[in-house]
Amino acid sequence: MAAGVATWMPFARAAAVGWLPLAQQTMPKPPVDKTSRSDEILFVNVSGLRFQTWKNTLDRYPDTLLGSSEKEFFYNEETQEYFFDRDPEMFRHILNFFRTGKLHYPRHECIQAFEEELAFYGIIPEIIGDCCMEEYRDRKKENQERLAEDTEAENAGDAPLPPDATLRDKLWRAFENPHTSTMALVFYYVTGFFIAVSVIANVVETVPCRPLKGSIKDLPCGEKFSVAFSCLDTACVLIFSCEYLMRLYAAPSRCDFARSVMSVIDVVAILPFYIGLIMPENEEVSGAFVTLRVFRVFRIFKFSRHSQGLRILGCTLQACASELGFLLFSLTMAVIIFATVMFYAEKGTKGTTFSSIPASFWYTIVTMTTLGYGDMVPDSIAGKIFGSICSLSGVLVIALPVPVIVSNFARIYHQNQRADKMRAQQKVRQARIRMAKKGATNAFLQHKEDGGFDSTAFCVKNRSAFEHQHHHLLQCLEKTTNHEFTDEVTYSEVCMMDSMGFRTSRSTSLSSQQGATTTCCSRRAKRRAIRLANSTVSVSRGSVQELDTLHVTKTPVGTQYPQSRSSLNARTEDLKLNCTDYTAAIISIPTPPANSPDESLPNSPAIPGILRNSRSSIYNTQETVKISSL
Amino acid sequence: MGAVVGTLTMGERTKGERRRPSRDKIDDDFELSIVCHRPEGLDKLEAQTNFSKQELQVLYRGFKNECPSGVVNEDTFKQIYAQFFPHGDASTYAHYLFNAFDSAHSGSIKFEGFIMALSTLLRGSVREKLTWTFNLYDINRDGYINKEEMTDIVSAIYDMMGKYTYPALKTDTPKQHVDAFFQKMDKNRDGVVTLDEFILSCQEDENILRSLQLFKNVI
Repeated sequence: MAAGVATWMPFARAAAVGWLPLAQQTMPKPPVDKTSRSDEILFVNVSGLRFQTWKNTLDRYPDTLLGSSEKEFFYNEETQEYFFDRDPEMFRHILNFFRTGKLHYPRHECIQAFEEELAFYGIIPEIIGDCCMEEYRDRKKENQERLAEDTEAENAGDAPLPPDATLRDKLWRAFENPHTSTMALVFYYVTGFFIAVSVIANVVETVPCRPLKGSIKDLPCGEKFSVAFSCLDTACVLIFSCEYLMRLYAAPSRCDFARSVMSVIDVVAILPFYIGLIMPENEEVSGAFVTLRVFRVFRIFKFSRHSQGLRILGCTLQACASELGFLLFSLTMAVIIFATVMFYAEKGTKGTTFSSIPASFWYTIVTMTTLGYGDMVPDSIAGKIFGSICSLSGVLVIALPVPVIVSNFARIYHQNQRADKMRAQQKVRQARIRMAKKGATNAFLQHKEDGGFDSTAFCVKNRSAFEHQHHHLLQCLEKTTNHEFTDEVTYSEVCMMDSMGFRTSRSTSLSSQQGATTTCCSRRAKRRAIRLANSTVSVSRGSVQELDTLHVTKTPVGTQYPQSRSSLNARTEDLKLNCTDYTAAIISIPTPPANSPDESLPNSPAIPGILRNSRSSIYNTQETVKISSL
Repeated sequence: MGAVVGTLTMGERTKGERRRPSRDKIDDDFELSIVCHRPEGLDKLEAQTNFSKQELQVLYRGFKNECPSGVVNEDTFKQIYAQFFPHGDASTYAHYLFNAFDSAHSGSIKFEGFIMALSTLLRGSVREKLTWTFNLYDINRDGYINKEEMTDIVSAIYDMMGKYTYPALKTDTPKQHVDAFFQKMDKNRDGVVTLDEFILSCQEDENILRSLQLFKNVI
């Protein structure tokens, strides 16, 4: 439970007085608090530094070392103080947590040392307050990453493969970690070399060379030495294809590999060549084919396997894609506005270059980025005015937000991380609250199953005074409302049983009755107790049936079924039956002690008799009569 | 272009904000200084209530730790009470409790009010306890408990039980409970329960009298 709830316990219990006139049953006895009630000052000596605090302060969190009886292990009789051989500086924060309910993280301390202290004192780090939570998480993540990097570097490629590694594993490892074997290294450099060669060839083949003998026109080198270049290209593509196929074969998960970015780049790099092979030597199609050759430039991206920096750049661009998108969007807006304005301003001019709005886009972009090529110039006065406004706003629109966006990007990026962290933290917190609630609920239900406040129950777990009082409070509420707390599982089962109870109740009441007598008192109930109030087997058979029907036809809630013969065998023990079928579900049957000795109802007119009895006794105070069946 | 307009308007906004915080700050400080409350002296409280000095000290330390400003407002009250009943919804009942504790209807409970109510509930005479309970049930403080008020209170109590109960809660459960209550308490069958009827009926009931003595040693 949360912090100062223990403080408010007396108030909650006092407020329970308000339920008393409504209660139809007696309240259970309150737990006796054996510990001395008076508050005292405790001395805590942490490696020589003496702290003093009220005992109540420490009792606020009973599930920590200092709040539970675990601290007695550290009690020093001679000096009458609790001695801990731990860091006194850290203890200050721990003690402040008890005092204020908020745990703060000291920034100058090592995160691991702090966590170890928290673990020692039994405090979970998740309850660090919001003010220090971000810092704590950042440091923790940093620490984890650092540790992870170290272990990764250790494990990464240098560990020798297990002896039974297949060829696939070996090949994959060679590809991923080139420095593991000489062959892998050679392969790595060879592919790198060929990528460079391929890119340079692409570039050089467009450079004009000296023309052939007999012609004047300059020829690009690609056409002069076409054989050489095509041989080079073929060789490169062959090597890249081999490499791709080998990687595909060696990949542990082919689907994942096929979908990865690098493999896509590989495919795009070699595809144009194959498409060109397949396509016929057709004039129209070869035009399209030529454009495909442009994709050969993507081979340069294959370098990212060889360069860590390129990969990081790619990741960064991916991360700030939204910010860049926003910049693009706002630029597009500005471009469209100004292009439209310029087009209509220049519409009247004869022979204007602003032939359409899309044509004006070019002018707007060139002007706003302050390039000013001068290929499109406004002639009219309105055009010039708007043109100057365009170039001025271009400065503002582009030059000003770019540094703002750069710094915004850093800020938004951190903020996003913080928002995600907060969301994650919220989820964790909600989950914790739910678990705590559930824990409290379950603790209470478990406690009830273990025998309630029966003094003869032997399996009483070690519960704190607070828990005793809380359970007593919940029991009072149960008694007031005449209903019991139960868990979701039991509740849904009972609902199901209710819906099909009528048909089967008659037939199975007998069997359950017989079953009940053998199982009673020998097994503790796993499910919630069903108190079957019956006296003798022979009589009870009839009355159970009748009561069953009564149960089904009338809602049992709140009404009382007096037990005609129950007072004869009235005892105050709780009977718990492990009935496996719940069709004989009769709930607490209280009896007016005054009425029943007078009436001994015969079996046959039992129904009207019981009804009569119930109506007359409804206004008396009732006690739950707990019967043990004989 | 939009960015241009944006930057221009942004300038105006910051100017406005700069002007306002100074005023707000003064208001906030002013409010804070009113809200922080100190109780009367320990001796006086000891004389007025049935608690010893030790007990008052322990109670005040806990109270002050939770509410440093010295008062509890309704939301905090509801939160606190809800932590004891995680199964169901305790807010309605907490609302009625709050009104019962806040006898002066100031909207917040100070330490004195808290202590007085605790003293009545835990150490008071039977008559005092029953009077306090009557005031709790009598929502509109007209001196009579009618069926609607009682139904509200009982529904609020049943709300605290939550959904998963055994036996399952039916919709007319509170009503039946209220009817039972009225049958018991309303002696002259006039549809309302007065303070005297209430006290008389409760004193006739052994169970209630016995239960009232249970909470004596809560502190």
